[in-house]
Amino acid sequence: MAEPLLAVRDVVKRFGGVEALAGCSLDVAAGSITGLIGPNGAGKTTLFNVVSGLTAPEAGRIALGGARIDGRPGHAIARLGLARTFQIPRPLARMTVLENLLVYAPDQAGERLRGLVSRPKTIARQEASIRARANEILRFMELAPLASDPAGTLSGGQKKLLELARALMGDPRIILLDEPGAGVNPTLMRSLVARIRELHARGVTFLLIEHDMDLVTELCDPVIVLAEGRRLVEGPFAEVRRDPRVLEAYLGVPA
Amino acid sequence: MTGYLVAIATLVGIRALLALGLNVQWGFTGLVNLGVVAFFGVGAYTAGLLAVAGVALPAAWAAAIVASALAGALLATVALRLREDYLAIVTLGFGEVLRLFLLNEAWLTRGANGITGIPRPLRSWFPAHYDLFYLGLVLGCVALIYLALERLRRSPFGRALRAIREDETVATVAGKNIVRFKVQAFVIGAAVAGLAGILFGHYLAYIEPNMFVPQETLFVWLALILGGSGNNRGAILGAVVLLGLLEGSRFAKDVIPFLTGVRLAAAQQMLVGLLLVVLMIKRPEGLLPERAP
Repeated sequence: MAEPLLAVRDVVKRFGGVEALAGCSLDVAAGSITGLIGPNGAGKTTLFNVVSGLTAPEAGRIALGGARIDGRPGHAIARLGLARTFQIPRPLARMTVLENLLVYAPDQAGERLRGLVSRPKTIARQEASIRARANEILRFMELAPLASDPAGTLSGGQKKLLELARALMGDPRIILLDEPGAGVNPTLMRSLVARIRELHARGVTFLLIEHDMDLVTELCDPVIVLAEGRRLVEGPFAEVRRDPRVLEAYLGVPA
Repeated sequence: MTGYLVAIATLVGIRALLALGLNVQWGFTGLVNLGVVAFFGVGAYTAGLLAVAGVALPAAWAAAIVASALAGALLATVALRLREDYLAIVTLGFGEVLRLFLLNEAWLTRGANGITGIPRPLRSWFPAHYDLFYLGLVLGCVALIYLALERLRRSPFGRALRAIREDETVATVAGKNIVRFKVQAFVIGAAVAGLAGILFGHYLAYIEPNMFVPQETLFVWLALILGGSGNNRGAILGAVVLLGLLEGSRFAKDVIPFLTGVRLAAAQQMLVGLLLVVLMIKRPEGLLPERAP
C-alpha cells in the first residue's frame, strides 16, 4: 500500500482528566474522501485541532506526506498544504468576503515589512494574481456576487461555503472539513457536494467529519468510526453501518 | 490668542500621533496597550537626555525612536508568549514602573527635578514665529505618519493584522504567524508614540515624570474610540475633538459663575466620562467608522 498522505499514530490528547484522544491511529490515503464519523464526544473535532496544530498532542506522531507535523505551530502546518474548516463557521466578520480569501493566500511578500518598502512592484503583481485567484474561487463556489459584502452579513449556509472557499486559497493537498453539511439547506448542499467532487477529481484529498449519513454515503470511502478517542472500525460505509461495534458505540448497548 | 491656538494645535498634533500609534495596535490588530504613556515617555526622555548631553538632534531623535521601539519589542515578546490578556496588564504596569523609575533614578533621569533646557530644534533659524514653525513640524510628522500607516493598512500586512484582530485561530489556520505580526504591530505603535514623545519634550523644553501619568493613556484611548478605531483619519479627528473639548471647556469657568478652577477640572473628567458613555450607546463604531480598504 502506498504511503498515506496523512498518518496519525497513537495520538493522545487530554483535557484535565478526560482523554479526548486515547491513542488514536488512522491513515488518510492520498486522493481519498475519507469520512470520520462517531458519536458526540468521540474526539473528532479534537483530532482536527491536533492535526491542524491548534493544540499540541501529549503523545503520538502525526505525519503529512511523510514529514512529521505533530507539535509544529498551526501556521507552519497550514503552509505545508493542510487546510481546514470549522464546524461553526468563523468568518472574519468585519472584513469583506474577498478579503477573507485574500488572507488565506500563502507566501505574500506584502506581509513582510521589509518587502513593503523594498519590493512594491513584486507585491503589486502578487496582489493582482492573488485577487484573480480569489475571484475565480468565489465564482466556483457561487459566492462572487457577495465579494465585497462584510463576511459577517452572510447567511449560515453562505458562511459554510466561505469556509471551503477560503481553504482553497492555499492550494492544499488535504482539506479537513468539519461538518460541511450541518445547517446547510438542500439546494446549497447539492452545490457543496458537487464542489467537493470536482475538487476531488482535481486531486484534493479530503478528511470529512459528518453527521448527515446521506452525505457520508454519497461522498466518503472509506469511513472511519471514532469512539472514545480511538479508531473503532474502518471500511466502506455499507459495511461499517452494519458493524455491531458501531451500533454499540452510537446506542450505548450491545446490539 | 493666536499664540494660544498655535499651542493647542501643536499639542493636538502630538496627541493625534499617539492615537495613530495606538490605532495600529488596537484598531488594526486588537492589541490592548494600556501603557501608551510609557512609550511616549521613553521617547521624550531618551531624546531630552541625549540632547541636553550635547548629542546632535537627529542622532538623539533616532535613538529615542529606537529606544521606544525596543521597549515595545521587549514587552510584546514577553507578554504575547503568555496569554493575550496579559499584554494589557503588563503594559499598564510598565507605564507606572517607568514613571517611578523616572522619579527615583535621579542619577540618570534627574528625578523629580525633570530635564530643563531641552534645546528647541532650529531655534536660531526662526527668530520670529518659532511656534508656527514647530506647529508645521508636528503637523508634517502627523501627515507623514498618517500616509505611512494608511499604506500599511491597505497592504497585505495590514490585512493580516485585521484578520488577527477578527479571529486569531482563523489567522493561524490561514498560515499567519500571529506572534510575529502582533510583535511587529506593537513595535510600530510604540515607535510612533516615541516620536510623539520626542516632539513633546522639545516643544515644552522641560519634562518631568508626572507629565507621564496613566490618565494620558486614557485620553489617547478616548480619542481613538471617539474618532473610530481602525480608521486613521478617525484617530486624528478623535484627538482634535477630545482636546478641543477639554481645552474649550477651560473657558467655561469665565462664563459659568460658580465654576472655579478646581471644580472645572472635576467637571472636565465628568464631561469626558459622559461623552464616552453616550458614544458607546449611540455610536460605538466612532465618528468615522472603519472602512474596507
